[in-house]
Amino acid sequence: MSPLDYLHSAGRHADIIRPLTWATLTISTLVVVIILVLLWIAVSRARASGGDRETRAVPVERGTSGKRWIGIGVAISSIPLLLTLVWTMVALANISRTPSSSALVIDVTPHQWWWEVQYGSREPSQIFTTANEIHIPVGVPVRVRLHGADVIHSFWVPKLSGKMDAVPGQTNMTWLEARIAGRYAGQCNEFCGFQHAHMAFEVVAQSQADFDAWRAAQLAPAPEPTSPEQTRGRALVEYRCGLCHRVLGTTAGAISAPDLTHLMTRQKIAAGTLPNDATSLASWIRNPQALKPGSLMPNQNLSGQELADTLAYLELLR
Amino acid sequence: MAEMMQFPERLPVGPIRRHGLGTWGVGALIASEAALFTWLFFSYYYTGATAGPGWVLESSPPLQLALPNTIVLVLSSIVAWLGERGILERKHALALFGFAGAFVLGTIFFVVQLFEWRAKPYGPGDSSFASLYFVTTGFHMAHVAVGLLILAALFGWTLLDYFSPRRNLSVSAGVLYWHFVDVIWLFVFATYYVSPHLGFGT
Amino acid sequence: MREADYRAPEIGVDNAAHAARLMQLWKTAPGLKGFLSTVDHKQIGIRYIVTAFAFLTLGGIESLVMRLQLAGPNGTLLTPEQYNDLFSTHGMTMIFLYASPILSGFANYLWPLLLGSRDMAFPRLNALSYWIYLASGIFLYAGFLTGNGPNDGWFNYVPYAERTYNPGLNQDFYALGMVFLGISTTLGAANFIVTALRTRAPGMSLDRVPIMIWGTLTASVANLLVVPAVSLAFFLLWLDRQYGTHFFDAAQGGQPLLWQHLFWIFGHPWVYAIVLPAMGMVSDGLPVFCRRPLVGYAAVAISTVATMVLGFGVWVHHMFAAGLPTVGLSFFSGISIVITVPSAVAVFAWLATIWHGRPVITTAFLFFSSMIMLFVIGGVSGFMTASVPVDWQLTDTYFIVAHLHYVLIGINVFPVIGATYFWFPKMTGKFLDESLGRWNFWTMFIGFNLAFLPMHITGLLGMPRRVYTYSSGMGWDTLNLVTSVGSFVLAIGVLLFVVNVVKSLRSGAVASANPWDASSLEWSVPSPPPPYNFAVIPTVASRHPLWEDRLNESSARSSVAHGMLLDAGKETIGTSALHATPDMILEMPEDTSAPFILAFGTALLFVGLLLRLALLAGLGGAVVGLALLVWLWPREELREREPARG
Repeated sequence: MSPLDYLHSAGRHADIIRPLTWATLTISTLVVVIILVLLWIAVSRARASGGDRETRAVPVERGTSGKRWIGIGVAISSIPLLLTLVWTMVALANISRTPSSSALVIDVTPHQWWWEVQYGSREPSQIFTTANEIHIPVGVPVRVRLHGADVIHSFWVPKLSGKMDAVPGQTNMTWLEARIAGRYAGQCNEFCGFQHAHMAFEVVAQSQADFDAWRAAQLAPAPEPTSPEQTRGRALVEYRCGLCHRVLGTTAGAISAPDLTHLMTRQKIAAGTLPNDATSLASWIRNPQALKPGSLMPNQNLSGQELADTLAYLELLR
Repeated sequence: MAEMMQFPERLPVGPIRRHGLGTWGVGALIASEAALFTWLFFSYYYTGATAGPGWVLESSPPLQLALPNTIVLVLSSIVAWLGERGILERKHALALFGFAGAFVLGTIFFVVQLFEWRAKPYGPGDSSFASLYFVTTGFHMAHVAVGLLILAALFGWTLLDYFSPRRNLSVSAGVLYWHFVDVIWLFVFATYYVSPHLGFGT
Repeated sequence: MREADYRAPEIGVDNAAHAARLMQLWKTAPGLKGFLSTVDHKQIGIRYIVTAFAFLTLGGIESLVMRLQLAGPNGTLLTPEQYNDLFSTHGMTMIFLYASPILSGFANYLWPLLLGSRDMAFPRLNALSYWIYLASGIFLYAGFLTGNGPNDGWFNYVPYAERTYNPGLNQDFYALGMVFLGISTTLGAANFIVTALRTRAPGMSLDRVPIMIWGTLTASVANLLVVPAVSLAFFLLWLDRQYGTHFFDAAQGGQPLLWQHLFWIFGHPWVYAIVLPAMGMVSDGLPVFCRRPLVGYAAVAISTVATMVLGFGVWVHHMFAAGLPTVGLSFFSGISIVITVPSAVAVFAWLATIWHGRPVITTAFLFFSSMIMLFVIGGVSGFMTASVPVDWQLTDTYFIVAHLHYVLIGINVFPVIGATYFWFPKMTGKFLDESLGRWNFWTMFIGFNLAFLPMHITGLLGMPRRVYTYSSGMGWDTLNLVTSVGSFVLAIGVLLFVVNVVKSLRSGAVASANPWDASSLEWSVPSPPPPYNFAVIPTVASRHPLWEDRLNESSARSSVAHGMLLDAGKETIGTSALHATPDMILEMPEDTSAPFILAFGTALLFVGLLLRLALLAGLGGAVVGLALLVWLWPREELREREPARG
């Protein structure tokens, strides 16, 4: 159907919502059909068609009171309304029971137009930051804390959960608990400026073992360059990219743009705008404004050699 | 034949005292402005309730200017009412005294408020509390200013001998507006000067 | 020569001398002078209607450009900036510059005629509301046309609207323009309330007024109370941007959600204000083509008020995902579900009226009856979003875009077009062409549903709102193409409407006073009505004054031929609020250009504020003050003061 449709669910939060969505959709469709049929029958009893002459030709009559329609109609409508009301309260209560003793807490801070994701821990050495791709273990409840950094954004991964805004000045909470392993599409869902359309993210639900492996790998700093291109590339990354980006193990330490330490483990770049392959990466670095106009990454004006060197170094960041 | 309706014997032509469309008009205006202040107070209480402790910058706002100023404004309403009575009872001098007196007292209120603004240890750009304080009292002062213009107009029109015990809708409408401005101040006072003493937002 | 302070109104019937005297008293001067100074509600009403339709066209063009961009994935017709400007301006135009003013226009034109009066309670205020609407509309579009239009949606959330993220003039144009426009709305609301409660024809008790009066009156009370909320919000935003205050920025203790609360406290009642009067038009017009009274008048009147009262208590449903406490969400969700009940009352009343009536299919009937279906579709999609968990998926997707277009186009535009076919003969003395009307209807109906019905699916498939483009492979491509095609078909339908209006103004068939054989008072005067509306003030004995002989609900009979003459001056009757007992003779003001000058002064003031030119703003303020003084100067003819001594 669609990576972002919510008529199917793969996580417990979305599981609670999905049947209610289908139920209200069914009720709504039924109501529309019934009213349409009634309207059709009523109108097809028309005496005439035309203009003022035809209207005047049909005499005015008091007619039956007809008020029963209102009573019966409202009474019948009240049943699905009541049903929905009760179900809504129950579902809301179930969702609001945020898993308290979750092993995993993730802090998500959306920015214009990318997602900063921090995995916390009681052990400071276990804390790391990544961007745009969130990994979670299947079957484990994960609390997501949403922080506002610039404008209001909304965290939405429909197959796993309903949306929750990130509002500056407060911390909002939501949670995820994937039932099935897989990659789930996410999207910013509150208008946040020029590139709101290109502010996607992904949630990767994997087995506990795979997740632990991924997490361990994310802690490692960037490897040393082994070739002259890579060395030149690292220098460029430190000197140019480092104005906004961070690569652990180098002097690039700014945090106003996505952390690149493990860039090549991610399947997409520029917050879901492009696939993470060599051509796209090259095009992106060469001219981000052409691909995502208005994004806060300026054109780098790199020479061909500089670009090749940068890409050579970036290849290491796994 | 339409004989269901007994046509009226005698009807007033135009507004007599308060009975006229103008009263309803100024009533609608007052409702709208009261709503405006309601939303201003909503903004204050909502922002304060969702802010951290210490949001209110002065937990005991000084009352030595505000309290007498409140009394001055309440007094001005009484004096304005006297002016209205002067018109209703054909007491020209009382009417003039009432409007002029209310104008003077209102001006005193306005000036004292300006002094209060100067004396505040914070400015409108310092925090959301400060911004709300200045904008709320500022909106109130704007309404006072409009009220002063109305009182001046009433004074002038009385001087021109326009009004009588029957024809004075402008007077009752104008004085009603002035009372409204007074009542709003009581709410402003309760919110910004009294509620911090009672613990809100501190 | 001074008239008495009290008098017994003269009773009689119309005759040539009486009509000539009334014409002399009420007519507007010809030419530019008359144009700028008229206070005739009919002229003002038509101006509102024409201006609002002009804005509808502009907003429509904006949407067509957007649909070209979105017809396929990865569109390149527009830059993100252009798209954001367009969707924001489209929303602002339709919701603020079309949807409410069009209803004000019809209400302005029709109310005194429906109520048996000679003008609105405050004719000069009426003129002022229009001039300020026009001026603020021009102000707002000056922003758009100079590349400084709104760019943060019509709802303009902070922090994106704050200076840090939005440094240009866009937000300042929008904020000040909205405060400017809000003045017009508030003045209009006050006028409608006092008119409805104090200037009805004798005998027209509150349970006898047309439903359109109930709808507009309810909307006006709501507007009077909530427009200040949004004006305040925009003003505070402007202060944050220009004077460094901190109402909304979190860094200094400001509260970004305060914007949303203030905006939606206004915004939700507003959306009822832009449909309830239109629902009233359907409740009054549909029965004429069913040749019987509306089923359940009292139920419909009460449901109108109930909808608005409940409408004050649902605003948080626009903020379900903002992170508010669950308890609050439950409350607002519950009321949002319950509010469908009074709407259901209206739907069943209309259905029953057709079912138990003898429908005649005319173009007006088609628009009025199809509206029922569109209303229900819009209503059920709204019902779905009332449930918080479901809304957590639906909100901010194209499902909401589908919902809002069904309720706005379905419950505002379709009734308005139907109302035009119905009342055009009264307003102009000519009919709109019926066969062209059928083409108009079917093109609009098919186009609209083609555009917006599939959009529900687009939304359920997760397409977010307010995106300037989308990728292929999301499952949205075909649906968007269909929507774009449908929108152009709809546009052709609207074009046919405009063509019909222009053609009929020139060469439409002539209409008599009551061509539809309808029941309410406006059909008892010539088409078009003379400037004074009623030569004789009607007395009313039932809800359907012109159908009494046929309905025979009681022996009481209204009288339109015989009654109060009120031609000693520019006069109409003032009556009591509930039972419409005559209680004063109202002296109505002459034409004056004070409203025009006041509006001009207000425009200067706002331009001065926008450009931070204190002198210009001061000049504007001075013009406003002076114009007000002249306007409010007590006058003998209006009995606002005693005669001069000697």
